Amino acid sequence: MALDKATVARIATLARIKVPEADQERLAADLSTIVTWIEQLSEVDTTGVEPMTSVAEMTLFMREDKVTDGNRRDDILANATSPARGAFFTVPKVVE
Amino acid sequence: MGVFTDLTLSDARDGLRKRDFSARELTEAHIAAVEAIRPLNAFIVETPEQALAAAASADVRLGRGEGLPLDGLPLAIKDLFCTKGVQTTAASRILKGFKPPYESTVTENLLNAGAVMLGKTNLDEFAMGSSNMTSAFGPVENPWRRAGDNRPLVPGGSSGGSAAAVAAYAALAATATDTGGSIRQPAGFCGIVGLKPTYGRCSRWGIVAFASSLDQAGPMTRTVRDSAIMLGVMAGHDPKDSTSAPLAVPDFEAALTGDIRGLRIGIPREYRVDGMPAEIEALWKQGIDWLEQAGAKAVEISLPMTKYALPTYYIIAPAEASSNLARYDGVRFGLRVPGATLDEMYENTRAEGFGEEVKRRVLIGTYVLSAGYYDAYYIKAQQVRTLIAKDFAKAFAEVDCILTPTAPSAAFAIGEKADDPLAMYLNDVFTVPVNLAGLPGISVPAGLSSDGLPLGLQVIGKAFDEETMFRVAGVVEQAAQFTHRAQGSRP
Amino acid sequence: MSLIEGRTGSWEIVIGLEVHAQVVSEAKLFSGASAAFGAEPNTHVSPVDAAFPGMLPVINRHCVEQAVRTGLGLEAQINMVSVFDRKNYFYADLPAGYQISQFTKPVVGEGKITLDMDDGSTREIGITRLHLEQDAGKSLHDQNPTMTYVDLNRAGVALMEIVSEPDLRTAEEAGAYLRKLRSILRYLGTCDGNMEEGSMRCDCNVSVRRPGDPFGTRCEIKNVNSVRFVMQAIEIEARRQVELIEDGGAVIQQTRLFDPNRGETRPMRSKEQAHDYRYFPDPDLLPLVLDPKMVEDLKRNLPELPDKKKARFIADYKLSPYDAGVLVDERITAEFFETVAKGRDPKIAANWVTGELFGTLNREGLGIEQSPVSAQALGELLDLMGDGTLSGKLAKDVFAAMVKTGKAPAEIVEEQGLRQVTDTGAIESSIDAVMAANADKVAEYRSGKDKLFGFFVGQVMKATQGKANPGVVNDILRKKLAG
Repeated sequence: MALDKATVARIATLARIKVPEADQERLAADLSTIVTWIEQLSEVDTTGVEPMTSVAEMTLFMREDKVTDGNRRDDILANATSPARGAFFTVPKVVE
Repeated sequence: MGVFTDLTLSDARDGLRKRDFSARELTEAHIAAVEAIRPLNAFIVETPEQALAAAASADVRLGRGEGLPLDGLPLAIKDLFCTKGVQTTAASRILKGFKPPYESTVTENLLNAGAVMLGKTNLDEFAMGSSNMTSAFGPVENPWRRAGDNRPLVPGGSSGGSAAAVAAYAALAATATDTGGSIRQPAGFCGIVGLKPTYGRCSRWGIVAFASSLDQAGPMTRTVRDSAIMLGVMAGHDPKDSTSAPLAVPDFEAALTGDIRGLRIGIPREYRVDGMPAEIEALWKQGIDWLEQAGAKAVEISLPMTKYALPTYYIIAPAEASSNLARYDGVRFGLRVPGATLDEMYENTRAEGFGEEVKRRVLIGTYVLSAGYYDAYYIKAQQVRTLIAKDFAKAFAEVDCILTPTAPSAAFAIGEKADDPLAMYLNDVFTVPVNLAGLPGISVPAGLSSDGLPLGLQVIGKAFDEETMFRVAGVVEQAAQFTHRAQGSRP
Repeated sequence: MSLIEGRTGSWEIVIGLEVHAQVVSEAKLFSGASAAFGAEPNTHVSPVDAAFPGMLPVINRHCVEQAVRTGLGLEAQINMVSVFDRKNYFYADLPAGYQISQFTKPVVGEGKITLDMDDGSTREIGITRLHLEQDAGKSLHDQNPTMTYVDLNRAGVALMEIVSEPDLRTAEEAGAYLRKLRSILRYLGTCDGNMEEGSMRCDCNVSVRRPGDPFGTRCEIKNVNSVRFVMQAIEIEARRQVELIEDGGAVIQQTRLFDPNRGETRPMRSKEQAHDYRYFPDPDLLPLVLDPKMVEDLKRNLPELPDKKKARFIADYKLSPYDAGVLVDERITAEFFETVAKGRDPKIAANWVTGELFGTLNREGLGIEQSPVSAQALGELLDLMGDGTLSGKLAKDVFAAMVKTGKAPAEIVEEQGLRQVTDTGAIESSIDAVMAANADKVAEYRSGKDKLFGFFVGQVMKATQGKANPGVVNDILRKKLAG
C-alpha cells in the first residue's frame, strides 16, 4: 500500500521525528516501496497460526523483592544534556 | 612487532601463559596496529591507557601463574556495548558523549576474564545496516580490495568496525552483535569468523537495543577455535536479562574434535536464490563436498518460508526498534535540540539525532504498529515467524546442522546500493531466518571471489547446540585452508 | 436508582472506575530500586527506571503474587498465562517512551465486588480485569516559569490497574465501591490505599443517558485522588453532560481533569492529541506463566475478607449488620474487636469499640493502630465491669484515664481508689446517714412518692463518691425505705 504525505506526517508525529514538509513526499515514496515489499506476506496462509511471542522457550525468571539499586543520583543525572536543576531532569514547560 | 598481531587468540593466550611475551608487549603491538589502521575508521574511541593498565594487571597475574581465561588478550568492543565511563554511542549522533555508569554483562564477563579493551568499534547507526555506511562517525573501509581495483569497499554491517579491526590484525578478536546478520555478513565480507549464538546464550544487558527479540552478542575472530574461546567467556545466564537462558556454558573449545563422521548436514533447497552469483553457488557445493569427504552426509532439506524471512524481519525489527529507540528523547542523556514545547524538543532532537536509515526504520516500525495496521503487518509477521521457526524445527528433526552461503555477494564498494534500501536489505537473505528462529549460526571464510574478495559459508546449528555447529565449522575451516590476507591488513 | 433531573426529564449516570493501586512491595516492578514514598528526588532510581541504553526489565515475583492475591480477593479469574505489552507514548515522566503494561492478556480477568448500601441492600459490581503495570515518574510544573522538572522516583513502581464494569449508577455507589475496594486491598495488604500519597488513584469514566437507552458518550476524568473528590467529580461531570445535551450539544469523548477548587472538570491539554499507543508484547520479557501450586498456596493463605468476616460477626457474635459492617471495614479494627470480644460479651465489646474507643480516636484524630488503649487493656477494663469491680460510669472514667496515661485499668482503679464498694456494711451506714439527713423525704417516699427512690440512690452514690455498687445500693435502700 502506498503511504501518502498525510500518513507520513501522522507517523512522524507519533514517532516524534520532525519531518519538514518538503521531505514528506520523498519519504512517502521511500516508505511506500518498503511497505509494498513487506506486503508479500499476505500471500502466506497463516490461518490458525499463533503469533510468536518469544523465540526463547523459557519461563520468566523472577527477581526477589529486594532493594538492590538506587541511591545513585549522580550516576542518573550525570549524562543529562538538559539543564538539570538540582536534583531534577528538566523539559520545556508542560501544561496539563 | 607484527608477529604479535599475527597471532591467533589461542596462540596469544598460550604464549602469555608460557611467558614467551608479556601482555604489555602484546597490547602495545595492538595499540600501534589500531593507530595504523585509523584510515579504515574502524574505531570510534581508542582506549590505549585503559588497555595498558589492564595489560599490566594481567602481567601480574600471569607472572604468578594465576592467569585468567583471557588474561592480557587485546580485544575490540563494538560501540553498541555499554562500557563503564567510556563513551558509548551506537554510532549515533543522538548518543554522542554518553558515558554509561555501568558495564554490559558481556564486556564485564570479558574484562573479568582478564581481557584488554583496545577501544570501541564503529558500526551502522544503532546496528541498522549491512554496510557500516549509516554510522554518524562515517563509513568503515574493508581492509580488502578487489583485485586490480583500489576503490574502498564496505566491510559489511552492522559490525563493520569490529570486522575490519580483526581482519586488519588490529585486535585478536572483537565483540559484535547480530540482529539479522550483523556479525556473520561482515565476517563473510572481511574473511574472518563471525558467530551469532542461540538467542538467550549471551546476555543482552547493557547492549544498546535494536530489536530485542532478535539481538544477540557474539564474537568475531580469525579462527573457529578463537570463536569458541570467546563465546565461552561471553556467554552465560544473566539474571538481569529475562531472555537469558539459565543454562551452563559448555566447553566449546573441547567441541572442536574435527570428527563429523555420521553427522547429517542439511542443504536448504530454497537458498538457491535468483541472481546468486555462480561462484557463490560453487563455493557452497565445495563446502558440501568438504563435509562429505570428512564423513558427514549432505541431506537436501526444505525451508519453504525462506522467501518471507526478509519481509518478516523488516516488520518485526523496525517495530521493536521504533519502541526501543523512544528513550532517545533529549532528556536524560545524549543530544538535546531545544524546542519551544516538549514535543518540539523531542521532534527536533530526534530529527537531528537520528540518521536517515534509523529514521526510516523507526517510521516503518511506528507505521506497522499503528492502529488499523497492527494485525495486517505486525501480527501477520509474528505468525510467519512461527512458521519460519517450524520450518527449522522440522528440518532439525532430520539433520544436525545446516550449511548455506553467508551472503549472496562479496563485499561491495562504498556508495553502491546506497540509494536502494531494498537491495541493501537483500544482503541478509541467508542470515535473517536464523535470527527469526533464534538459532546459532557461524560464518567461516571459505574462499575468494573471482575478483579476490573473501566469501563465507554459514553453518546453522540447533538451538543451544553450538558445539555441533563449532565442530562442523572447524571442519569447513580446516578444509578451506583460508590463508589469504587483506591487502589492508599490513598497513 | 437515583437519577438526575434535567430540564427535559431524568437522566441516569453510568460510571466505570479505573483504579490504580500501588502494590505494596520493597522494590519496583522491574528494577531493584526502592518503591518507598517520599524520598529525595531521583534517588530511588536505577538505570533501568531511567531507561538508560541497554537496560532490561526483570519482574519482581512479589508484585506478581500481590496481583494474584488481589485477584483472588476479588473472586476473579486468574489467568495462568498473561503477557506484558508496551504502551508507547512520549511524555516527560515516561523515560522509555513506553509503559510496560498488560493489554490483551491481563494477569487477572473478571471478578466482582459487593457493595453494602446505606439502606442495608447490597449491589454487585463487576470487575472487568486487573493488570500489572509500571507507574510513571512525576512532573513538577510549578517550580520554574519555563521548565517542567522531572523526578523519576515513582517511575517503575508496580501498579495494579483495577477496572470496573460500567455498573455504577450514582456518585454514592462510586464512593462505596472505592471504599470497599480499598478495604479489600488493605485486608490483603496488597495496597495501602492511601489516596493522599497517591498510592491509590482513580480515573472515572462518566456518561449520562435516558434510563433504558444505550450508553452515552463517556468522558474520562483522570487521576482523582480522594473518595470525596471522586463523588464530587462524577456529580459535576454528569451535570455538565446533561446541560450540554439539553442545550442541544453533544458530549465528545475526551480526557478531563477535575479541579476541586473551581468545582469543575476541564479538558486536559496534554491529552488533546489523538492517541495511538501501538501496544505490542514487550520483547524484553517472556509471557508470565503462573505456577498452579503458587496460586493454590496464595489462595490457601488468603486472609478472611470483609464480606466473610461481616457475616461471621453477625452469625457468631450476634452483632447488628451495621455494627458488624463498621467493625470489619478495616482489618485492624476487626482484629482489635475480636481481641476485646474473646471470652467476653461480644455486644458489650462492640459497644465499647464503636462507642468510647471510636469517639476517643475521632476526637484525637488517631487511627486504631495508634490507639492509646490496646485491645488487651480494653478487655481488662470490661473484665473489671464484669466482676463488679467497676460500675459502667466508673469504667468510663477509668477509660478516660487509660487514654490519658496509657496505664492498665487495674492500676488506675488501685491508684485512684475507684474500686466499686460492695461491702454491704459500708453501704448500709451511708444509707442510714442519708436517710437520717432526709427524714422528710423518707416520710414522703413512704407515703407513696416512690419517684424519690432515684433521689436516695443519687445521694448514696454521692456520699460514696460513686464507688458503691449500684445493685447493692438498690437492694439495701429498697429494704430500708420499706421500713
